[in-house]
Amino acid sequence: MIQFTNVFKRYESGHEALQNVTFTLHEGEMAFLTGHSGAGKSTLLKLIMRMEVATRGHVTIDSLNLNNLARRHIPYLRRKIGVVFQDHQLLFDRSVYDNVALPLVIEGMNPQDIGKRVRAALDKVGLLSKEKLNPIMLSGGEQQRVGIARAVVNKPPILLADEPTGNLDPQLSAEIMQLFRQFNAVGVTVLIASHDLDLISRMGLRMMELSQGSLKQDGAYA
Amino acid sequence: MIGKRPGSSKPSGATFADRPRREAPPKAPARKPANRLRTGPDPRTQRPGSGNRPSGVGKAARFTAWRRHHLAMAADSLARLLAAPVGSLMTWAVIAIALSLPVALYVFLNNAQLVSSNWDGTAQISLYLQDNVRDDAGRRLTQELQLRPEIAETRYLSREQALAEFKEFSGFGEALSYLDDNPLPAVIIVRPSVIGVDAQQALVQQLQLLPEVEEAQLDLAWVKRLYHIMELGQRMITALGLLLGLAVLLVVGNTIRLAIENRRQEIVVVKLIGATDAFVRRPFLYTGIWYGLGGGIMAWLLINLSLFWLDGPVRSLASAYASDFSLIGLGLQDSLLLLFGSTLLGWIGAWIAVGRHLGKIEPR
Repeated sequence: MIQFTNVFKRYESGHEALQNVTFTLHEGEMAFLTGHSGAGKSTLLKLIMRMEVATRGHVTIDSLNLNNLARRHIPYLRRKIGVVFQDHQLLFDRSVYDNVALPLVIEGMNPQDIGKRVRAALDKVGLLSKEKLNPIMLSGGEQQRVGIARAVVNKPPILLADEPTGNLDPQLSAEIMQLFRQFNAVGVTVLIASHDLDLISRMGLRMMELSQGSLKQDGAYA
Repeated sequence: MIGKRPGSSKPSGATFADRPRREAPPKAPARKPANRLRTGPDPRTQRPGSGNRPSGVGKAARFTAWRRHHLAMAADSLARLLAAPVGSLMTWAVIAIALSLPVALYVFLNNAQLVSSNWDGTAQISLYLQDNVRDDAGRRLTQELQLRPEIAETRYLSREQALAEFKEFSGFGEALSYLDDNPLPAVIIVRPSVIGVDAQQALVQQLQLLPEVEEAQLDLAWVKRLYHIMELGQRMITALGLLLGLAVLLVVGNTIRLAIENRRQEIVVVKLIGATDAFVRRPFLYTGIWYGLGGGIMAWLLINLSLFWLDGPVRSLASAYASDFSLIGLGLQDSLLLLFGSTLLGWIGAWIAVGRHLGKIEPR
């Protein structure tokens, strides 16, 4: 599903963000990506999203080589990838409902179907009662869950999360992780970047550790 | 504290379990509904690139979605403009002023042309015939000329008639009677049917070449001057129109640039979740269209108000010259052209801004 083959990424500043990273994340797998800040976690996620392009090596998503993906095809790649951002990336000029509906609007779904899907997604994250509110009125944890609802509302086969529990207390973090597990249980490939080793250890899932741009460790959490 | 446990009211994974699968009938057990990639051929994933379009549905549905988004964006961008009435009104006013200058000049010229069209018909060419051309030959030539398409009317004046006319109108009749000989040549007076100085000049040159003609003369040199002034006016309208059209482009472009800047965050987010360039562009193009159309409507109002304001004095002036002339305004065709042109300018201005600034906003 997600395949990195000898991937190097060097930024124009000369910074070597990733060096010779090779791994495969299979369909329906769930894994953590960890490492200190600056180790290349964000870069790796950006390569999957095609926000950046590998300097060397190949990034393949669902047998699609991103190195020679035309610009006009990038949107369709991104529709296959739900992303949960650390800073939520919600829009505060519209309601929770409209935020979650955005991916479906972009796909051009008709309004009745959008309503059903959005409510199902909000129900899933326990925010159905807050659909009419502006996300700015919600707590950090609730905003994060709106972000998750938006990431999964169009049922993408891949779910990425960048420090999804970064600003949350341990209990909220555990509940968010539980959500991700549920999505994984229905077949979604999940990759979570996090430095919350404590939390990761309790999940007992595959963990890839990046250190200064290289994959230092890849396997079940020891 | 998460108030409601995820999945407490629905079976776990409900969001994914109730996925309608249009592409492939469900073969997997209900508990393992899986995502699209597992359910066999899926047009979204099988054809990387061109194939992975929204929800594997037909062209008709895609067109419906496209039209729906167009309507939604047209309404949304108009609502945004109306939500900030002062700013929008100022932009409209700037566009209106820029457009009304060349349009006003155009209306003025139209009126000037109307006034001068009466004089236009009096342009005439006098063909002075050689002395040795006899009367019947002169009359024959007059009839021949009458048949030419570029000539509307001809009149023959024999030498005697010319003399009589001269005597009657010049007031030198007495003096002429002292002359032994009639000094005047026979004349064919030609009223051209072609319009425009150049065409008439060409006709004069043609007629000059006739063997019977001693000299051909286009009367009313001032007609020529008037034409030149008109032509100058037309050129000025074109230049002014181009210049102020460019100004409209810049105004709209700059306004749209600010709108793009204001919605930067939104653009980044929708690009992240898979919006195409066209999707991102659309609201801004509609904003440009509304700016253009609004500016056009305001320009139209400005012009018509000015005409209404000027009409009284012009009528009084005309009546002083015993004329029933009154100002003509913008006809239906010109009005529609103005609105269409201004809308087009707004749209192009938006395109320029979008092309220059939208590409630079990429998620980082």
